[in-house]
Amino acid sequence: MSEAETTSASGRELWKSLAQRENPDPFEEFVRREYPSQIHKFMDPPERREFLKLMGASLALAGVSASCTRQPKETILPYAKSPESTIPGKPLYFATSMPWSRGAIGILVESHEGRPTKIEGNPDHPASLGATDAITQAAILGLYDPDRSKAIKYRGAIRTWDDFLTTLKQAMTTQAAKKGAGLRILTETVTSPTLALQISYLVRKYPEAVWHQWEPIGRSNEQDGAIAALGADVTSEHHLDKADVIVSFDADFLASAPHCVRATREFARRRSGRESAASMNRLYVVESTPTLTGAMADHRLSLKPSEIVEQLQHLSDLIHDATHIPSGPLSPWIRAVAKDLSSHRGGSLVLCGESLPAEAHALVHELNDVLGNVGQTVDYAEIPPGQLLENLEPSQSLVSLAEALRTEKVDLLLILGGNPVQTAPADIEFASALAKARLRIHLSLYEDETSDLSDWHVNEAHFLEAWSDACSRDGTVGIIQPLIAPLYGGKTAHEVVAAAADEGGVSGYELVRSQWRGSELGEQGFEGPQGFESRWRRSLHDGLIALTTRPTPFGLARPSARQSLHALPGGLELVFRPDPTIWDGRFANNGWLQELPKPITKLTWDNTAQVSPATAARLGVENEDVVELELDGRKVRAPIWIVPGQADETVVVHLGYGRTKAGRVGNGAGFNAYALRTTKAMWSASGLKVTKTGDKQKLSCTQEHDNMEGREPVRVATIDRFRKEPGLFRAHEGHEKEGGTSLHAPHAKGDYSWGMVIDLNACTACGACVAACQAENNSPIVGREEVRRGREMHWIRVDRYFEGEPSHPEVHHQPVPCMHCENAPCELVCPVGATTHSDEGLNEMAYNRCVGTRYCSNNCPYKVRRFNFFLFQDFETEVTKLQRNPDVSIRSRGVMEKCTYCVQRIQETRIHAEKEGRKIVDGEMRTACQQVCPAEAIVFGDIADPKSAVAKQKSDPRNYGLLEELNTRPRTTYLAKLKNPNPELLDGTGELEGKSR
Amino acid sequence: MSQVFHPSTNTLSKVTIFGGVFFLGAVAWAANEIFRAPWITEVNVAREQPVPFSHKHHVQGLGIDCRFCHTGVEDSSFAGIPATKTCMGCHSQVWKDAPVLEPVRESWRTDRSIEWTRVHDLPDFVYFDHSIHVSKGVGCESCHGRVDEMPLTWREHSLNMEWCLACHRDPAAQLRPRDEVFTMGWDPEKQASPVSQRELGEELAREYHVKKLTNCSTCHR
Repeated sequence: MSEAETTSASGRELWKSLAQRENPDPFEEFVRREYPSQIHKFMDPPERREFLKLMGASLALAGVSASCTRQPKETILPYAKSPESTIPGKPLYFATSMPWSRGAIGILVESHEGRPTKIEGNPDHPASLGATDAITQAAILGLYDPDRSKAIKYRGAIRTWDDFLTTLKQAMTTQAAKKGAGLRILTETVTSPTLALQISYLVRKYPEAVWHQWEPIGRSNEQDGAIAALGADVTSEHHLDKADVIVSFDADFLASAPHCVRATREFARRRSGRESAASMNRLYVVESTPTLTGAMADHRLSLKPSEIVEQLQHLSDLIHDATHIPSGPLSPWIRAVAKDLSSHRGGSLVLCGESLPAEAHALVHELNDVLGNVGQTVDYAEIPPGQLLENLEPSQSLVSLAEALRTEKVDLLLILGGNPVQTAPADIEFASALAKARLRIHLSLYEDETSDLSDWHVNEAHFLEAWSDACSRDGTVGIIQPLIAPLYGGKTAHEVVAAAADEGGVSGYELVRSQWRGSELGEQGFEGPQGFESRWRRSLHDGLIALTTRPTPFGLARPSARQSLHALPGGLELVFRPDPTIWDGRFANNGWLQELPKPITKLTWDNTAQVSPATAARLGVENEDVVELELDGRKVRAPIWIVPGQADETVVVHLGYGRTKAGRVGNGAGFNAYALRTTKAMWSASGLKVTKTGDKQKLSCTQEHDNMEGREPVRVATIDRFRKEPGLFRAHEGHEKEGGTSLHAPHAKGDYSWGMVIDLNACTACGACVAACQAENNSPIVGREEVRRGREMHWIRVDRYFEGEPSHPEVHHQPVPCMHCENAPCELVCPVGATTHSDEGLNEMAYNRCVGTRYCSNNCPYKVRRFNFFLFQDFETEVTKLQRNPDVSIRSRGVMEKCTYCVQRIQETRIHAEKEGRKIVDGEMRTACQQVCPAEAIVFGDIADPKSAVAKQKSDPRNYGLLEELNTRPRTTYLAKLKNPNPELLDGTGELEGKSR
Repeated sequence: MSQVFHPSTNTLSKVTIFGGVFFLGAVAWAANEIFRAPWITEVNVAREQPVPFSHKHHVQGLGIDCRFCHTGVEDSSFAGIPATKTCMGCHSQVWKDAPVLEPVRESWRTDRSIEWTRVHDLPDFVYFDHSIHVSKGVGCESCHGRVDEMPLTWREHSLNMEWCLACHRDPAAQLRPRDEVFTMGWDPEKQASPVSQRELGEELAREYHVKKLTNCSTCHR
C-alpha cells in the first residue's frame, strides 16, 4: 500500500483494524487472497489430483443429466373453500406489535397465502414510524425456528394440555385453602395490559400470592432515579428532533435503549443536513465502551464507569455555577460542554444510560430541569400499567423470590416466559433455589435451561401466532393479532393465567377482546356512533389503539435535591452490556442475529472480553487469547478482543452468550457473562482479575473482509470547513464523464434509471438494513467457520473504519451494497453472460446461467459479490421453508449472488403501475434496506427524473462515488459525512483535536 | 527398420477423425431433438387428472368465461385454480351423483384440496405474471392454445425460454384488443373491418405502451 493510497487528499488516515494499522504486510496478504483458506487445496499435489478427478467425473455426470432430465410432476392444491380476501399470488399485510422488554414496536407483517414472511415497520406507530431495528427484522426467523419447543412436557415426557390443566387445577385448589400463600408467579416485564390485569386479578383472588418480575436488562436505575428526583416512577420521552445540543452519559440511545428506532429517526433528521444544514445538532458522548451512539458523536470521551459519574457531577456543578473549577485533566472538555449546554437552554438534552446509578439519573433529571428542557426536549410519561411492579426493584423482586424458595415457602411457582436460571445474578444462585419449589411450571418458546429444571414445561405460542396486546414505552397500545395458527399448538401466558384463575377454556382472543370491551375503548372510545366492534376492527387495522398514546407532559414537582456523586474506587473494572444482536440471550438461537456483525467490533457468533489497546498491552494479551476473568471468586474463561476507543482499565463483556440449551444455533456460542454478574454490581464492578491461560480461541470477525485497500472510502469534514469549501468532496472528479471514451459499449436506456444514495451523515450503522436484506432476499446463514473464511452471504454490509489514534479514534460507518456500476467490471469477465446490464441500469444476475467461475467477484473493486461455496441454503428443514420470500429465487451451491436493488419489488411496482397505465411514482417503490432504515439514510429511485428525491440528493455537493476514480460510474453513491464540533474544542488547524484527553 | 504402423492405420485414423466429427454432430442433433421432443416438453401430451375435467365442454359447450374459474388472472401473477366451492356451485345441482365427480364431492366434504396435476409448469427461477400479460393484450390463447377444443388439457407450447423470448422480442405479433383477450379463436383478419396482425399489433403496442422486454430480470430474480 503506497502512501498515496492510505492517506487521502484530505490527509486523513483510515484503518479497519489494529492489525492493518500496525503491521500492514500480513494484512495485505489477507487482502490479496480473497478467499484465504482455499489456497492450500490447489497447491497441495495430492489434493489437486483428487480435485481434477472429481471435476472430470462431475463434468461427465453433468453432461448425462443435463440433456435427459424431465421436469418432475408438480401438483396444484387449490382451496376447498377460499378464505375471504385472499388472492393466491398476492401478499396481504397485517398490523400487529412485537412485544418485548424494550417496549413494543408496531409492525406490518407480509403474509403469503397464510404464512408470514417479512416484517416491516408500521408508519402510524410512534415507536416504529415505518422502520424497525435488526432484532425486529429477525423475529420472523424465530417463528420458524425448528428448535422451538413443540409439546407440553412433564419431566421430559410429552403430556396434553388437559393433563396440565388437571395438575394446575389440583394445585390451585390446594392454594385456595391457603389463600395462595404458597403461590408465586414470576414474569418478565409485562408489556401486555391484558396480562397485567389478569395477573392482578389472580393475585387479588389469592391474596397471599406474590407476583415477581425479573428482567435481565431492566430499568431499575432509571426507576429509582425518577422516584428520587421526581417523586414518581415515570419514563422520559426524549424529543431529539428539538435538541440542538445533546449530551449522553453512557446512554446508547441510538442502538440499545428503548425507542431507539424513533430516536434514530429524530436524531438523523437533525443530522443529515437534509432539513437544513444550519440546524445540525451537536452530540457529546461520555461512555466506557464504544457504541454506535458514541460513533455518531462530535466529541466523545471514553471513561471508566466510575469516572463517568464524576464528570456528570462536574457538569452539574458547572451548570449551576459557571465559575466552578472542576478538578482533573478533563476540565476544559467538560467546561466547553457546560458552556454549550448553557447557551442552548430549552434546546439541549442530557441523557443518562441505565448502567449508571440511580443518583446519576436523578442528577440528569435535575440538569434537564435547570436547563429548561422539560416540556421542550423531554417529557415525562406514566409507566404503562403492569410494565413494572410498584415500588419494587426488579432485582430485589428476584432476591425475595429466591429467599422464599430457600425457606420452602413455595408450593407452586408459575414462571411465565423468561429464562431466570440462565439470566439471574450469580449471587442469587437461582438454580439451586428453584429446586426447592414443590411444583415448577415454566412457559417458554424453547425448552431452555429453566425448562430443564422445571416439572412442567408448557410450549409458548410465538407473538405472530397468538392474540395479545402490547404497550410501548410511551404508552401506545397495539393489539397483537395472529398471522398464522400456532405451529405447535403453543399456549400464551393469557391462557395459562386464565387456567390458574379457573377460567380455563377461554381463548386468548376472547380474553383480549373482553379486556378492551370493558375498557375505555369500549365505553368512550372514538367519537361517533359506531359500537365496540367497529372500533375494535379499526384498532386491528391500524395496529394501535388511538386513545392510548399519551404525549402530554406529566405534571411533576421540580426536582430540588442536588445530588453529589464521586468517583468510585479504581482498578480494573468489569462492564456488563446486553449483546447488540442477541440481547439478553433470548435471541441466541436466531442465526440471522448471530451472523449479523456486531457494531464496532464486527464480530459474529461469539462474545468476547473487550479491552482497550493500552490495557491489552499492560496485560500482555492479544486478540483471541483466552483469559480467565475472576470477580469475587467467580471465574469465567473468555477470549480477548482489543477494541480501539474503549476506556482503559475496563473489560467489557456482553450478556446473552454461553447458552447450553438454546438450540442448534445458540448452543456453545460464546461464554456466559451472567456467571460474573451479581445483584450488587449489575452493570459494572471493580476488582476484576485477568489471568492469561495460554489458550487461543478463533473468532469470526468480518472487519478485514471485502477490503478496498483504503482509497478514502469515507469522506468526512467538519461542517464549518464544508461551508467554506463546498466543492471539497468533489476532489476526485478528474475522471471520464458520461459520453467520454470508454471500452464499454453504451447501454440502451429504458423507462427508468435506478439509483441509490446513502447518507453517511444519517447512518448510525444499526444493521437493520443487513437483517432486512437477509429476510427479503432469502439469504442463508453460513456459520462461524465459514464467516472466518470470508464467506458471509450478506448482500449489504456495513464497513467500519477507524481514524486517528487507537486510544481514542473516530469511527466511521459505510453501508456497502452492490454499486450497480454503469461500467461494471464484473459484466465484462463473465464467460457465460450470467451477469448483464439492464436498460434501467441494474447489474443483473441470472443465477441459473452462473457456472461459478467467480471471475466477476475477482474483478469487482467493491467486493460486494457473494458466492455459494457450499449448499448454504437449508433445503431439508420443512418449517424454515415457510419463511422464504416466494418472489426471490433460492440460490443453490456454486452460484454467485449479490444485491439486486430488490428487483422483485421493482417488477411488482412496475406491473402495478403499468396496469393502471402510468409510470412508477417517486417513492412508490422502496428497497428492503431503504424501507427499514430508521435514519432514512438510504434513498432509492429514478435518477433520470430530476424531481425525484434521489436525483436531488445526487446533486448535493456532498455526493460522491465510491472509488469513482476507477471510472466504474457507480449508481449507488454516498453523501459525505459532516461533523459539527464545538469550535472551543478544536485545535488551531481547524481539524478535530485529538478528541478530549 | 520396419514400419511401426501398418498401412491400414491411415485409413483407420481418417475414418476415426471424420467419423468422430459426424458422430459428435449426430449426438448434438439427437440431443437437440430429444430436448425439443414432447417427451421432454410435454407439448400435446394430455395430463392425467384426478377428475377428467373438460375445458371443451365447459368453455365451448357451456360458454363459461375463463375468469369464472381463473379468478386471479387480472389481479395476480397466478391465474388461480378454482376452489372446490366454485365447482360445487353447479355440481351440487348438476351431475351431483356422477361417480366421476366423486373426488370433488370428497374435497367438499373433507375440506381437503383436489390435487390437480400442473400442465403449464415453469421452472422455479422464472417469475411469470398473468395479470400484466392480460392487461397488455396478450390473449389466453396465445400461450395456452385453443383450450376450448381440449377435452383434457395439454400444453400447447414448449414454454422454453426461446419461445418466451420470441414474443418478448416482438410483442406485436401476438397483441389483440383487451376486449378480446379471453376470446378463443379470435382472428384480426376475420373481423368486420379486417386488419393484419402486424398492423394491429404495432398499433396496440403503442396504445398499451408495450415494449420489448428482454432484460434478464424481467423474468429471473
